[in-house]
Amino acid sequence: MAAMSAPPREAFRLSQLLYDARYRSLTIQVIASILIMLLLVELVNNTVTNLAALGKDISFGFLWTTAGYDINQQIIPFTSQDTHARAALVGILNTLVVAVLGCILATIIGVLVGVLRLSKNWLVSRLMGVYVEAMRNTPLLIWILIVFAVMTEATPQPREFREGGSASMILWDSVAISNRGVYIPRPVWGEGSGLVVAVFLLSVIGIFFLRAYARRRQEATGDQLPVLWMSLGLFFLPALLAFFALGRPIGLELPELGGFNFTGGIQVRNSFIALWLALSLYTSAFIAENVRGGILAISKGQTEASFALGLRPNRTMQLVILPQALRVIIPPLISQYLNLTKNSSLAIAVGYMDVRSTLGGITINQTGRELEGMLLLGIFYLITSLIISSFMNLYNSNVKLKER
Amino acid sequence: MSETHAQTVGFVRGQMLPPAPPPVGQSGPIRWIRENLVSNWFNAILTVVSLFVIWWLLSSILPWTLNGIWNAGSLAECREIRDARGLESAACWAVINERWLQMLFGFYPIDARLLATLFYSEQLAAAGGVEAIFGAGADSTARIEFVAQMRADLGNTIVFFFGYWRPLLALALLVVAVAPVLYGNLPRKMLWFSLVYLFVAFFLLWGGSVWLPILTAAGFAASFFLARAVSALSGALLGLLAGILFFLLFFFDPLGLVGLDLGLFPVLPHLRAVLDAAVPLGLSFIPSDDFGGFMLAIIIGTSGIVLSLPLGIALALGRQSDMFIINKSSIIFIEVIRGVPLIVWLFTASLLLNYFLPPGTTFDLLLRVIIMVTLFASAYLAEVIRGGLAALPKGQYEAADSLGLDYWKAMRLIILPQALKISIPGIVNTFIGLFKDTTLVVFIGLRDPLGLTNAIRATGEWNGIYWELYIFVGLLFFIFCFFMSRYSLYLERKLQTDRR
Repeated sequence: MAAMSAPPREAFRLSQLLYDARYRSLTIQVIASILIMLLLVELVNNTVTNLAALGKDISFGFLWTTAGYDINQQIIPFTSQDTHARAALVGILNTLVVAVLGCILATIIGVLVGVLRLSKNWLVSRLMGVYVEAMRNTPLLIWILIVFAVMTEATPQPREFREGGSASMILWDSVAISNRGVYIPRPVWGEGSGLVVAVFLLSVIGIFFLRAYARRRQEATGDQLPVLWMSLGLFFLPALLAFFALGRPIGLELPELGGFNFTGGIQVRNSFIALWLALSLYTSAFIAENVRGGILAISKGQTEASFALGLRPNRTMQLVILPQALRVIIPPLISQYLNLTKNSSLAIAVGYMDVRSTLGGITINQTGRELEGMLLLGIFYLITSLIISSFMNLYNSNVKLKER
Repeated sequence: MSETHAQTVGFVRGQMLPPAPPPVGQSGPIRWIRENLVSNWFNAILTVVSLFVIWWLLSSILPWTLNGIWNAGSLAECREIRDARGLESAACWAVINERWLQMLFGFYPIDARLLATLFYSEQLAAAGGVEAIFGAGADSTARIEFVAQMRADLGNTIVFFFGYWRPLLALALLVVAVAPVLYGNLPRKMLWFSLVYLFVAFFLLWGGSVWLPILTAAGFAASFFLARAVSALSGALLGLLAGILFFLLFFFDPLGLVGLDLGLFPVLPHLRAVLDAAVPLGLSFIPSDDFGGFMLAIIIGTSGIVLSLPLGIALALGRQSDMFIINKSSIIFIEVIRGVPLIVWLFTASLLLNYFLPPGTTFDLLLRVIIMVTLFASAYLAEVIRGGLAALPKGQYEAADSLGLDYWKAMRLIILPQALKISIPGIVNTFIGLFKDTTLVVFIGLRDPLGLTNAIRATGEWNGIYWELYIFVGLLFFIFCFFMSRYSLYLERKLQTDRR
């Protein structure tokens, strides 16, 4: 028997590189890497030759030179004397602002529409269906342009707000919607306002402790606390008490008509409103579909089982359906956030100064550094996407069904 | 008990009663309304609110739409007509009526010669005949004046059908070419036409010599059949090499890379010169710069869809592969493309591509855009298809292996048909997204419908108009995207083999 154990060693033949599955993957990979290398070398070589022919070099020194242009929406102070790097930072912040606000509004509308679309009410579900189809099947750019056109062409000029003019401010004379933008009140932080904010933050933290305590208590004794009402009370009451006890330190500066335009308050530009609303409405349709799909994905047996256990409908939703549906909803929801963030680069259509307009637009035009500017822009978007998708992966691994 | 009971019953009905209709409240529209609109107080409130919303929408949209003014020269004129009629609001559809050809085709030139010979022959004869007008070159004043007069006299409809017959024919043939792909019960032979269509469409849209598309198609076909013939004789590997070699010699100049210049390769231009000299056939050449309007969206969208599907499948397989280098390079490609917005890629294509290409290469902007859109969509498709591949049970892969199928056969016959079927909704969504994203080309200077909208809004006559234009463009996109999404539902139902 021992004589048969050693199979004859075959000599290695060249054709085995192609026809033997053990070696073929090696051959393919070597060829592929050679081709990729050749492509990269060719690209780099061409770039170097072309840059040399134009008398350019690759350098990021332009970032530290004076920008020389103004940005009309700034989160952090910026003047035309600041550097291109700071201009890029202002642009990045503007992108993030519109992305975050857009995600919030899109989620609110999307969840509402998605739930209403599942409503048993025939009229409501059809209406929401029309909304979703209309939004999903037309380009985002059209919505941005429509909202922008409405904001600039259909809203009154500031002088219409004068005495005897045709327009008036809304919400007790605090918000003015004009063709130069929407003017909203600006909070004025007076003496002691920090204390109010601190009280508010503390009570928010307190809510978490309250919820944890209520859960422990319920598990120990079976008694349920009215958590919702207590949380709501905790949310509003202490901060309001502190606010009035300290003599109302936080005030509002209302926009007022002075000369040809509004003064005071915060001017929210039409470009921002158009981008924000259009992004939110457009993305909300996709989120609505995700929400609907997530709820439908939970089989009817789950509802029936929980009814059989004697749970009320709202407890069923809260304890049985939602935890399972969220597992289905949240990953696509996060990828919608990602899409919204990337779509915010459509700011170019309305002149909103996001990172593409500052770093990838004016800076490139002024310095002639296309290669470096586009590279930095791409890296910014790539990092943002990777961060958002790593959140998604983290969530996915947390809620994954623990199978044997 | 039951026995005594049976005896106490004096009469048992001997025949069935005829079925009675349900009570009024339990059937028909009343029951439907009760169940679907007012089942409880919350539902009733929702119904009232949505009725109000619908009323509000319709009462503002319908009069505006239906009272629309179709004939006017400018927005001011529209408003005059509206006030003269005493209407509160009226759409100014006149702008669409005047400009719809431009919104559809951009500045694509009309076939003025054909129009003149068909419908304007008397005036053409009066002006001195075909040669006097059309022989003098495109920029001659006589021709420009004659064509402008003819367009005004003939009206948009005739110009649409006969002046733009080339893009229209291309679109009609597109429907024919796509039909066998979309609907499986058409004859399979029609797929050959789908292949040929690529070259036909190129010829119809861009024009030029007829020999370029014919020779290109012939080159592809010859490489393919040569590869097949040689592999039948002496093995698959040699066949593949022969095919590639022929392809390279036909279309490129591989010897030029090593410095040999025989003046013989690539073969294509030589053949073309000979054929052009012998049989000069062709249509007038139209450069990509003249392309525009919704036609541009269809061209970019269709080519992107057709080209990105194979690339997306390849990338998905690459990402699933256990070969290290293939796997990692696919991942890097997909993540980099997906992580950056399309606008940035389009700007890269228009600003930076010249840096990456060999010095002196010029590249058609439309072609660059198509390539970029294709790469972009293929990365998204790859992720969708990867989801489909991952959703297949491992048993399918093992079954294919145990049948002795090699990798490509297993993929082609077992894995991909199932994986693609699972990912149909995602694939179609990606296609819809691609089609909608074609509007972004406006930012790098192509005249897509939205760019033309902006141009129209910038003219003196139509300054201040927006709803009408955006509704028109939006409807065009809606029709196409809605059709695609409905088709994906149909396909899903058709391919559903379980739960019949």
